[in-house]
Amino acid sequence: MSRAGVRWSRLALLAATVLVLVPFAWMVSISFTPEEQAFSSVSLLPAEPTLVNYVEAVTDANLGRAMLNSLVVTAVPVLTNCVAAVAAGYAFALLPFRGSTALFYLLLSTAAIPTSVTLIPLFLMAKGFPLAGGNDLAGYGGTGLLDSLPGLMLPHLVMTMNIFLARQYFSTANAELAEAARVDGAGEWRIFRSIYLPLSRPIVAVIAIFTFTGVWDDFLWPLVITQSPEVQTVQLALAQFLASGTVRYGTLMAGAVLATLPVLVIFLANQRHFVSGLADGSVKG
Amino acid sequence: MSTSQSTLVAAPAAAPATAPPSPRRRRVRPTRWVGVLFVLPATVYVLVYQLVPVVYGFVLSLTEYSPLSRSGPEWVGAANYTALLHDPDFGQALLVTGRYVLMVLPPTVAIALGLALLAARPFRGVGVFRSALYVPHIVSLTTVAVVWLWIYSPNGLVNEVLTTVGLAPQSWLLEQESALPAVAAMRVWKALGSNMVLLLAGLQSIPGELYEAASTDGAGALQRFRHITLPGLRPILTYVVAMDIIFLAQGFAELFILTGGGPLASTTTVNYLIYTEAFQYNGFGSASAMAFVLFAFIAAFSFLSIRGVAGRRS
Repeated sequence: MSRAGVRWSRLALLAATVLVLVPFAWMVSISFTPEEQAFSSVSLLPAEPTLVNYVEAVTDANLGRAMLNSLVVTAVPVLTNCVAAVAAGYAFALLPFRGSTALFYLLLSTAAIPTSVTLIPLFLMAKGFPLAGGNDLAGYGGTGLLDSLPGLMLPHLVMTMNIFLARQYFSTANAELAEAARVDGAGEWRIFRSIYLPLSRPIVAVIAIFTFTGVWDDFLWPLVITQSPEVQTVQLALAQFLASGTVRYGTLMAGAVLATLPVLVIFLANQRHFVSGLADGSVKG
Repeated sequence: MSTSQSTLVAAPAAAPATAPPSPRRRRVRPTRWVGVLFVLPATVYVLVYQLVPVVYGFVLSLTEYSPLSRSGPEWVGAANYTALLHDPDFGQALLVTGRYVLMVLPPTVAIALGLALLAARPFRGVGVFRSALYVPHIVSLTTVAVVWLWIYSPNGLVNEVLTTVGLAPQSWLLEQESALPAVAAMRVWKALGSNMVLLLAGLQSIPGELYEAASTDGAGALQRFRHITLPGLRPILTYVVAMDIIFLAQGFAELFILTGGGPLASTTTVNYLIYTEAFQYNGFGSASAMAFVLFAFIAAFSFLSIRGVAGRRS
């Protein structure tokens, strides 16, 4: 490509990138601006930077508790997806049984179902969860998993998209390794644990990241099943603080920064897994 | 509940992890029933918490049911569906949803394609641009909506720019004419990165020799774009458009934060209506019926778009 061509592409991309990042620049800026000035002033560099907004976000807006809740609610599905979805994808690719392909497509088809279709049934199933929240064995009498951390995790424990990703990954893996191990008398679980799982770190990372951002960013399910501040997630805490009275942009933006930090850190640490070819082309000048 | 966020980037992300598809030997492998044990936990979970709710939801849509009532669901047959036919609120919500998708989808795909073409060129530092443009996608709708609430506020960024150039400030989110376009603009901004990354993967899958051959034959840049780039992008473009329709038609969190469905229901999408019907008015039966009508519309339109984008080969 010509030199001028490169220069123009780079300039156009730079302009687009600046435009795309502008809202985040203001988000950070306002989060450090004192509340009295945050409503009226729009200077990108705060005249008197302050941390007060962050203190208020953690206390008034309940972000401290909400961050902890979100971490717990996210960590468990990350773990279960990395175990159950990866094991299932592995078997669908390398340990086929009669009907396994049909079963796989049946499971995959659920990925296309709109969330609003399953929202109400899941709500009732969480409410009627046996022996939880004062329920009896048949799921009556109490509130079940409503308004609880396990309830928040319930719809995320295995995401079908992750099974799909794992199956895609293992279907290109070398099947001969397993054959050799079988000849040596190794059991299937051991073959998975000590041969294939160590080789599958990239896909486990992708699954962990998708699950993390998916659960962390979720809004509708926490909105529907929680009431008390003790189980609020980050996204919900932001929305509730917004609804609680006069809008305080300084505190709100500090909360937005806190809600963004975990996913941003994970994204930046794993860009190459997140975005295919992100690093391609960064070598040649 | 959250797969929607991840599906959009699932396809390209799988690419670096999987090796270039080697010619797969179609060797019949022995059935290993131990595989059943491996898939069992995930299968049971997905059946119970993904498939059963669909059936359960459909049954609910044929009943009248308030979660507060002691009596449980009451069978009403197709009454909820026939009622929706004459429900002006539902009709309006369907229109708003359609308008929202149409406002966001074409500009998003067009701009994302432009950015992908620019970012497909291998020059130093291009990776930084690709990452930066992707950032809005990973931040939650709730969070970015909070930021855009300020951007559209009376003293926010948009009005500040307008006053600087001598135009009158507007109450963007409070006027019927501007509320939905304002939210749509935010959604274009948010969806650009993920669309760009998918299209970028599509561009990189087009063999470079095609372009070289076309150049030797004297094809200009525009001709190369029309006859090589666009046909080569068709599969991924189909996927992008279908996915965009599926997610945009389910818009909720951004509207909850920015407009609360107002003013005068001008931003009340079907998903928003389902939420209020079910969790403010306790109409679990009719809300379930709405969800299935939305499902049918989404399925129909994503199918049509796939036919439209992918099927014009002949």
